[in-house]
Amino acid sequence: MISPKGRIVAAMSGGVDSSVAAALLLEEGFEVIGITLQLQACDETVEGRSCCGADGVAQARAAAGHLGIPHYVLDCRQVFEQRVLLRSWEEYRRGRTPNPCVICNEEIKFGVLLDYAKTLGAQKIATGHYARLGARKEGRAFIMRGADVQKDQSYFLFSLNSDKLSKALFPVGGYLKETVRSMARRMGLRNADRMESQDACFSTKETAYAEILRQRFKEGAVPGPIFDETGRRLGMHEGIHRFTIGQRRGIGVTLGSPAWVKSIDAERCTVILTTSKERLAAWGLIATGVGWHALSPGFKRLRCSVQVRYNQAPVSAIVEIEKPGTVLVRFDRPVTAVCPGQAAVFYSGARLLGGGWIDRALSEPVHMTGVAEEIIR
Amino acid sequence: MRHIYLDNNATTHLHPEVLEAMLPYLGEIYGNASSIHWFGQEARRAIDLARERVADFLGGSTDEIVFTSGGTEADNQALIGIADLIGKPGSRIITTTVEHQAVLNSCRHLESKGFRVTYVPVDGLGRIDLQAFADSIDDDVILASVMLANNEVGTIQPIREAAQIARSKGILFHTDAVQAAGRIPLDVRELGVDLLSLSAHKLHGPKGCGALFVRSAIPRPVLVHGGHHERRMRAGTENVPAIVGFGQACQLAGSRIEEHSRLTASLRNRLEKGILDRLSHVRVNGCREHRLANTLNVSFEGVDGQMLAMNLDLMGIAVSTGSACQSDAMEPSYVLSAMGCSEGVATSCIRFSLGIDNTVEEVDLVLDALTNLMEGLRH
Repeated sequence: MISPKGRIVAAMSGGVDSSVAAALLLEEGFEVIGITLQLQACDETVEGRSCCGADGVAQARAAAGHLGIPHYVLDCRQVFEQRVLLRSWEEYRRGRTPNPCVICNEEIKFGVLLDYAKTLGAQKIATGHYARLGARKEGRAFIMRGADVQKDQSYFLFSLNSDKLSKALFPVGGYLKETVRSMARRMGLRNADRMESQDACFSTKETAYAEILRQRFKEGAVPGPIFDETGRRLGMHEGIHRFTIGQRRGIGVTLGSPAWVKSIDAERCTVILTTSKERLAAWGLIATGVGWHALSPGFKRLRCSVQVRYNQAPVSAIVEIEKPGTVLVRFDRPVTAVCPGQAAVFYSGARLLGGGWIDRALSEPVHMTGVAEEIIR
Repeated sequence: MRHIYLDNNATTHLHPEVLEAMLPYLGEIYGNASSIHWFGQEARRAIDLARERVADFLGGSTDEIVFTSGGTEADNQALIGIADLIGKPGSRIITTTVEHQAVLNSCRHLESKGFRVTYVPVDGLGRIDLQAFADSIDDDVILASVMLANNEVGTIQPIREAAQIARSKGILFHTDAVQAAGRIPLDVRELGVDLLSLSAHKLHGPKGCGALFVRSAIPRPVLVHGGHHERRMRAGTENVPAIVGFGQACQLAGSRIEEHSRLTASLRNRLEKGILDRLSHVRVNGCREHRLANTLNVSFEGVDGQMLAMNLDLMGIAVSTGSACQSDAMEPSYVLSAMGCSEGVATSCIRFSLGIDNTVEEVDLVLDALTNLMEGLRH
């Protein structure tokens, strides 16, 4: 019978966070249905460590059994292949560095699973993300950083639109990881100390992952030259997909002093190195596909902080709207290794204001005139 | 929440009489049936009695019954064991496209070993064409395997006729009767089969136990090698409690087969009529003339079968989308695909399989639940 509080689908990876998330909702009196997404075939997990492999299914099933809730496995392998893996490969092929976790959250968890949850009569879906939800007076939801600053995963959720956000619950977002672990112990969830859950399906060396994708989609590797900043040819590479801006290891040529990937030119199939770490710095960026959460439209320029990759300390910046969906961002101080393909996510304190996809980094100081608005939290 | 179980083709509940018969053998009577002493003799007598009951149930003699770990092992033993024994390079096996995976994957295994396999197609009702079956048999064929009744749609094959054809062409004939046993009368002599597979848990017996009937006049297939158990046809210390339960279950099934058929048919027909009367865009899959009395396979056009099964589960109603052995893969039912159904039909199906303990009230509750769900899902 459907609980008077309503029915929720909990995305259960088998990890401690999503298990506790399901348990907390159950304690609150919701009817909870656990669903584990099967994203890749069991033998395809990267380095045997996946939040979505067969091992995860068994752990999620055990956790659901312990909580006494129904548990199902949803086979998303095909859609994951098309919408996440293929899209990621296409980014690598263009010399960009994709963020599959963001895409997966948008397309799979808050896409396929959310649609499926509706057909099961669930009002909302819950995940184990470390993020919180806030709501303006008019009811539009926005994302807040998780209470555990170290574990905050709001960055991965920036692209959820207001409709998806209104259907989301992040029950562990208000807790510290340690607290979640101790709750798991209190609840008697097995492996409370061992289970590690995060957006970890892709946790491997970036370049190795791109190479795995290339082989998966049976595309040829296009070799090309490696140059230094003066245009001196240093050697050859086996495909630009193996490189990401700021990369230092596995470049394949030696310069006698430390060198980093400064830029990738997909059209010419070239990789350019620098021996000066300062030269990796960007003063700003252009982002496209930008969306905002529960902000009144009409602002031209915004003072906020920006994060250009997960786990990066946010930097103060001014964001200027170029045209709808496209922004120019000026950092207050230079930021190292701004990678096209990654997300630029804007915050005001703990509140996530919006974000977009980095199109290119700006290596020269950016000039802006006029006043930037502050967001009143 | 009230639970309604309509998935008896996946498994059945252990009958209390069966459990009672098994209990001493899970307790004080623990001897190894191969031992010479009193403990062993007690166990041996229990197995002897069970073998008599299984033999009586299917019309064979006791020396033709080999106990196995279940229907899957029995199928493997029949196909791989016979191929091992009388197969030569290039030998061929005939089967159908709608067999259980225990048969299909045994055939795939044999193909990997150099055997050739012909998969005889079925018509839209799931029945094989006897002429095509006959035509497929040439001098290279050593064995044919055709299931008695299909697990997903319940279609009953013309086994007597097929076995007759096989015999006339001088080849061995195996039938997988796992799903049919306890639901339609079984008589190996009347059917004229050489080998027949059974499973205990489909007829209110325990899991992990089955049998292979091997007609006394034919070569003796072996799959599991080891000691001298089961007249050297299946090594391994006998699972005495399960075998005892299997014997009891067969006796029970034999004694109430007509009752089972009559009761489940009336419930199944009520369910079928209710679905057809109340819901639009539904289609009954399988052969209504030659069908297990307890089985109903329905496609609900435009609705994902798995999602429907989950929704029913959340209402306490247990059904499946097809074979339970297949349910981890969200692929269209291969049985329905082999019957020529479109992908839409093959992914929107639900299998209802009734048991003797289901009630009219339960069927009506299921009909109400389906009606409500379909209104919501189709808007």
